[in-house]
Amino acid sequence: MTPETLAAWSLVGVYSAAAVYLGAFALFLADLARRSGAAPAPAVAASRTAELNGSAAVLVDAPPAPPVSAPVSRVPRIAFALTVLGLVVHVAATVLRGVAAERVPWANMFEFALTGTAIIVAVFVLANLWKDLRFLGTFVTGLAVLLLGLATVNLYVDVVPLPPALDSAWLVVHVLVAILATGFFALGAGLSIAQLLQARREAGKLPRARFLTTLPGSTTLETLAYRVNVIGFVLWTFTLIFGAIWAERAWGRYWGWDTKEVWTFVIWVVFAGYIHARATRGWRGARSAVLAIVGFAAVLFNFTIVNLFFKGLHAYSGL
Amino acid sequence: MASFRPSDAISAEPDEGAESASTGPENPRLGVVGWLRFLWRQLTSMRTALVLLLLLALAAVPGSLVPQRTSDPNGVLQYQARDPEGFKILDALGVFSTFSSPWFSAIYLLLFVSLVGCILPRAKHHFDALRSRPPKTPARLARLVGFTEATTTASVEDAVEAARKVLRGQGYRVERYGDSISAERGYLRETGNLVFHSALVGVLAAVAIGGGFGYNGQRLLVQDEPFVNTLADYDSFYPGPWVDADSALEPFALRLDDFEAEYAFDKAAVEWHPLDFAATMSVRESGGEWTERLLKVNSPLEVGGTQVYLLANGFAPVVTVRDPDGEVVFHGAVPFLSVSATQQSAGVIKVPDGLSAQLGMDGFFYPDAIARQGSDLIESFSPYITDNALLTLRVYRGDLGLLDGSGANVYTLDSSGMEELAGNDDPLVLGIGDTVDLPDGMGTIELEAVTNYVGLDLHHDPAQAWVLGFALAAVAGLLTSLFIPRRRMWIKATATDDGTRLEYAGLARGEDPTLEEAVGDLAAAHAAALDRRGSD
Repeated sequence: MTPETLAAWSLVGVYSAAAVYLGAFALFLADLARRSGAAPAPAVAASRTAELNGSAAVLVDAPPAPPVSAPVSRVPRIAFALTVLGLVVHVAATVLRGVAAERVPWANMFEFALTGTAIIVAVFVLANLWKDLRFLGTFVTGLAVLLLGLATVNLYVDVVPLPPALDSAWLVVHVLVAILATGFFALGAGLSIAQLLQARREAGKLPRARFLTTLPGSTTLETLAYRVNVIGFVLWTFTLIFGAIWAERAWGRYWGWDTKEVWTFVIWVVFAGYIHARATRGWRGARSAVLAIVGFAAVLFNFTIVNLFFKGLHAYSGL
Repeated sequence: MASFRPSDAISAEPDEGAESASTGPENPRLGVVGWLRFLWRQLTSMRTALVLLLLLALAAVPGSLVPQRTSDPNGVLQYQARDPEGFKILDALGVFSTFSSPWFSAIYLLLFVSLVGCILPRAKHHFDALRSRPPKTPARLARLVGFTEATTTASVEDAVEAARKVLRGQGYRVERYGDSISAERGYLRETGNLVFHSALVGVLAAVAIGGGFGYNGQRLLVQDEPFVNTLADYDSFYPGPWVDADSALEPFALRLDDFEAEYAFDKAAVEWHPLDFAATMSVRESGGEWTERLLKVNSPLEVGGTQVYLLANGFAPVVTVRDPDGEVVFHGAVPFLSVSATQQSAGVIKVPDGLSAQLGMDGFFYPDAIARQGSDLIESFSPYITDNALLTLRVYRGDLGLLDGSGANVYTLDSSGMEELAGNDDPLVLGIGDTVDLPDGMGTIELEAVTNYVGLDLHHDPAQAWVLGFALAAVAGLLTSLFIPRRRMWIKATATDDGTRLEYAGLARGEDPTLEEAVGDLAAAHAAALDRRGSD
């Protein structure tokens, strides 16, 4: 097959993946609505909170068995299965794109968005092996559909060879690490948003958002968000350092406050602030959650607005 | 950050001395020393550090919204031309040099002072902790994390000894208190934390030293013309404030021997894409021979402690101008700057002396000229030099402005005060090897050949390796401080009527997601150890 055919098939894959994600999104949404409609199951929610609160809870026995899952329903399971299916198609489309271009599939904005959303969904799917985070399915699949749609409509470019400036092994490392970090920050932001909502409900506000009663408590959500964001922060630190090393090779200086460098720095500092906030009295809880969300918003801003409208050395040839 | 607890330890009781020092019930009068101490405590408190961090992030943002003098000097000039009034205000605020502005510097310097004020006492505290014994076993383990009970037929003494061995084997520092073992591990977490923060100070110091003692300079180098690393041979040179240019420049020479550019034609987009630029250079260090080295984008040359980067390239037509008697009045390779993907290049030739008047020429070089369809305009079909290569020049006679400096830029020609001898309608057109007459019988011009040039960037940063070293130390510290759990464990044995009762529990000091599991594993390992002992 020619590169053009491969690229065309890749695009078909992207559309298919987006369609499957859309189905998963609808089902996840239906599940949240169902959780709102169903009578709250306080016993289940309470036992789960106790288990997830682990380090703070008092338990009189060896580690307990896995928690009883929320009231049996097949909807979230189907939605999750659809997400996995979408991810498989999505990864196949991404790999095809790489094969068509004969290089890593993240050398321009379209490809970055393609690989980036795949990583976001993959981080979500893998994180579910660790903890049941399916309540974030709406957020993650919604984000994936939105980003994939915007990328294909606005950012699509044909496969072109790498310009000499990008022809470096650091393209593989620096950008891949940045994408991975984005995946973790996305999941962290989802958890932080859930945490803020849950905290409001626990404070007696949001009486109608009853689906929240089936989610872990805000303290648990905060702990989960922290663990995910901390991994993102470490990856972002590597992004920054690898970027500096590459900048030294390509542009003759390791740091020059190029617009993209400024934003990489800003994001790093915001998440450093987030980590410190968690250890500062008066800043735990809602305030630190807001910082994590601001951090992820800055990541998205960095990828979209800064790339498209700011002038700098990270010029994206034809996007 | 004045707290001596792990940075991520959570506690209900107030653990920051800052407030309690100032808001005691009696409100004692503070002397000068008291005030200084109060300010110091405020500055080194975690809350201040956090606010400074957030301010730092916020203060960096204008640096991306407005062009910066360091990274985009032309952008600054354009901004000034576009909006002179706004420029004055913003320039007074220093946003065009955000990262060296007083406010940005104030924030990061305060942050680093706060950081040092936090590291020092914490390092001392940690040093003491490293030499102290694990704390006494709490009376009631049942209140702690992962509390597990078991019974064994082994004696209390055997159980305690086995507990000591198991915990030692797991890397704990252990201490026996009565019939219990108290253990602690994860001191590396705090060590990592201190290494991370100290390394950041190191990065800042190395950056400052590199900026002070480093330099960078640019040179546009035409093929076969040697460059010697002296101040006079640079087109532009930017030394750090502490650089002595005479002694700092390492003695070496460079020469461009050959240049290869490779392009690919994209049929779908009808465009040429650059694939590879490779400059074959000759390098000669003091006392050595010329040696051949390859210079590419993304692959700089290292000559001693100086890096040489390939930033630009292009064609330089080799032109000879003769007066009506055939005397050479100008000869040289003139670098033309590329203006299109097919390397159509623009340039200026100035002939100040030797003719009846000063002569200026500007025009284009087309490596592979082709007439544009349906018009007599020409463009370049490909970026490779072919037999179709053409140089077209407009010719002006008059003052080049070299005396008052207005014509000093070699890439522009201010033809406003000059007489046009050949314009867009009747330019001089030369193929390679052609000689044509200049207008008005002024002489001749010959395009002998077309050679290459490269735009080189030369950098010397004596502290660059230190910056990288400190950055890597920071990463190592960060990983250790985030992912090594600091925890305490206890195993207590009590004699009962039918054997020995065992209790296990742990305490997290900071973020520790797997503590509970670890207590379970410890209990299992201890049981296994007791079993083995029993079967011996």
